[in-house]
Amino acid sequence: MTTTPLLELKNVYRTFEKDRQPIPVLQDVSLAIQPNEILCLVGESGCGKTTTGKIIAGLQTPSQGQMLVNGKPLSELSHHEQKDFRRAFQIVHQDPFASLNPAHTVEQILSFPLLRHGMVASRPMLRRRIWELLTQVDLTPPGDIVNKYPHQLSGGQRQRVVIARALTVQPKLIVADEAVSMVDVSIRIGILKMLHRLREQFGMAIVFITHDLAIAKYFAWQGRIAVMYLGRIVEIGRTPDVIANPQHPYTRALLAAVPEADPDITRRKRPMKLRSEDIPSLMSVPSGCAFHPRCPFFMEGVCDHDVPQLATLSDGAQSVACIPLAQDGKLTLYG
Amino acid sequence: MSIKRIPSNVVLSVRDLSVSYLARRGRVRAVSNVSFDLYAGETLAFIGESGSGKSTLNLALIRTLPKAAQIDSGSVVYTRLDGTKMDILQLGKNHMQRYLWAECSMVFQGALNSLNPVLRISDMVYETAQAHNMERKEAEKQAMELLEKVRLDARRVFRSYPHELSGGMRQRALLAISLLLRPRIVIMDEPTTAVDILTQRSILEVLKELRAEYNFSTIFISHDLAVAAEIADTIATMYAGEVVEMGPVEDVFYRPRHAYTFSLLDAAPRLSAGEEELHSIPGSPPDLINLPNGCKFHERCRFATDICSLKSPKLEILSTDEDTQQDHAVACYEHRRVLATRRKVLG
Repeated sequence: MTTTPLLELKNVYRTFEKDRQPIPVLQDVSLAIQPNEILCLVGESGCGKTTTGKIIAGLQTPSQGQMLVNGKPLSELSHHEQKDFRRAFQIVHQDPFASLNPAHTVEQILSFPLLRHGMVASRPMLRRRIWELLTQVDLTPPGDIVNKYPHQLSGGQRQRVVIARALTVQPKLIVADEAVSMVDVSIRIGILKMLHRLREQFGMAIVFITHDLAIAKYFAWQGRIAVMYLGRIVEIGRTPDVIANPQHPYTRALLAAVPEADPDITRRKRPMKLRSEDIPSLMSVPSGCAFHPRCPFFMEGVCDHDVPQLATLSDGAQSVACIPLAQDGKLTLYG
Repeated sequence: MSIKRIPSNVVLSVRDLSVSYLARRGRVRAVSNVSFDLYAGETLAFIGESGSGKSTLNLALIRTLPKAAQIDSGSVVYTRLDGTKMDILQLGKNHMQRYLWAECSMVFQGALNSLNPVLRISDMVYETAQAHNMERKEAEKQAMELLEKVRLDARRVFRSYPHELSGGMRQRALLAISLLLRPRIVIMDEPTTAVDILTQRSILEVLKELRAEYNFSTIFISHDLAVAAEIADTIATMYAGEVVEMGPVEDVFYRPRHAYTFSLLDAAPRLSAGEEELHSIPGSPPDLINLPNGCKFHERCRFATDICSLKSPKLEILSTDEDTQQDHAVACYEHRRVLATRRKVLG
């Protein structure tokens, strides 16, 4: 694709501080999101996927590096463009209990952004728009929902209200941070399908953040997956490639470790034996490739020394940040 | 590992167990007439959505139900190694205390909640040992051995407070302590839910090793079908407080016969399945105070016919495995149509 990306992160770093010690939560993260694209960020807790999502949604700023919106650096946007950007990029959080004000009805929850951003011109229009939004997120008939308070709704219904609220400002991109982790298995698929439909209907891009690889595979099958480890992207590419043919040792370890809802397949899986089961702390991220102390394909003097860069191994395949793979496309067991 | 399904191998026999909560609006039927036998060495996994009654069932089995709950009927008969039987629901306080940990222990989700934050792991070991008349020295020796078995730095972990350990380490330490008195049953409620993928893997591997070595029976509660598929011998599906299907893990996963089990599986993505067409279950679980007539699932069921809303289906045995003698039982009028419907997998 040669279109201008909707959003681009260029060598983004983000450092937090704890007890005067810097914690590098994101290091050298670069990625581009095209309009209408699905990008899935996966990784374990502390890998930086939520911080990346927050930066994309404008809730955090990079400590270093650049963010481009429609090809223009954020810092060069006019006040007006800044406002547009904030409106165009919305976020849906994990916990629909915490992200809705318990003292407001659904109608109030949806009215605020519509009025604040001048999305409606009159009271009757406001009402019509709320009805329309609730229908779009399958909360029908809307008349049964508008006057309810969050506690009167199920977890799934609440998450749909949160999504409807994000839609009030007609966003170009939605960051969905573990948006279905707290709803029951039977209801998840319905919400994911709805997000797919809304994306097509409104031409939105979706950045989907999850720790659940099976959900990532299902949701982003037509899009891309980025695997993160300790603040860096270690592998990124089209979802079917990454899932069926993982390259980075960490991605391979994850895929080999996940149990599957199929007794034969899950029992035949052979988990990868790591050199260490301890996850390094962000306070002391290992030198070189951060995965080297655990990686079974560790190359001494190389992996603990040089920071691997994302590179494609063959035409059209995913990008991987692994020095042994970049050198000769092979992995050899350590020791 | 093969489990002999003969009467003398039954460790726990639950019959017609019903539990309800008293709420302002009325009585909540959380568990209704649940019956099952747990065999020596068997891992029995209960699956179902939140509110299906699986956690309440578990709490009833160890009689740690909250005050608002009451056991309405049923029996939970435990068989000791020497063959003597006792009904857990009739035990006095002292006997109950002896039963817990020594015969039946439990591992809950989020180990931080089940470990006392001001006690070291060693204190908890000594406390448990003291309550069950075990020598301190012996307890320490056993604990060290078990901590090694769950692949922890035993000496360090033994002297640690819970907050000094990572989530995965705590969960493994808890698993080790739960086996201190060599119980015949370990009850686990979502033991790998709040942990990361690689941590979950190491807990599952450790659990399998321990099971192979000590041959305890496990009652496992999970909303994660994948974990159940991996470690269970037997699957029991719960819906609205009832067991609606129960059978060998392969049977239930590959040939589900209850519409609800079918629908749960039809909503679960699988990594290795390529592009999948999945379906959500419409609606939400029923109100346990005003349960629908007939099959509790019929309002959400794509297979439902007229009879489903009129009469409640009974659990009936549809097949028995010739080798293992294990039954596959289901409470669904449309089980033939469910069985005949194959899940669609694209690509």
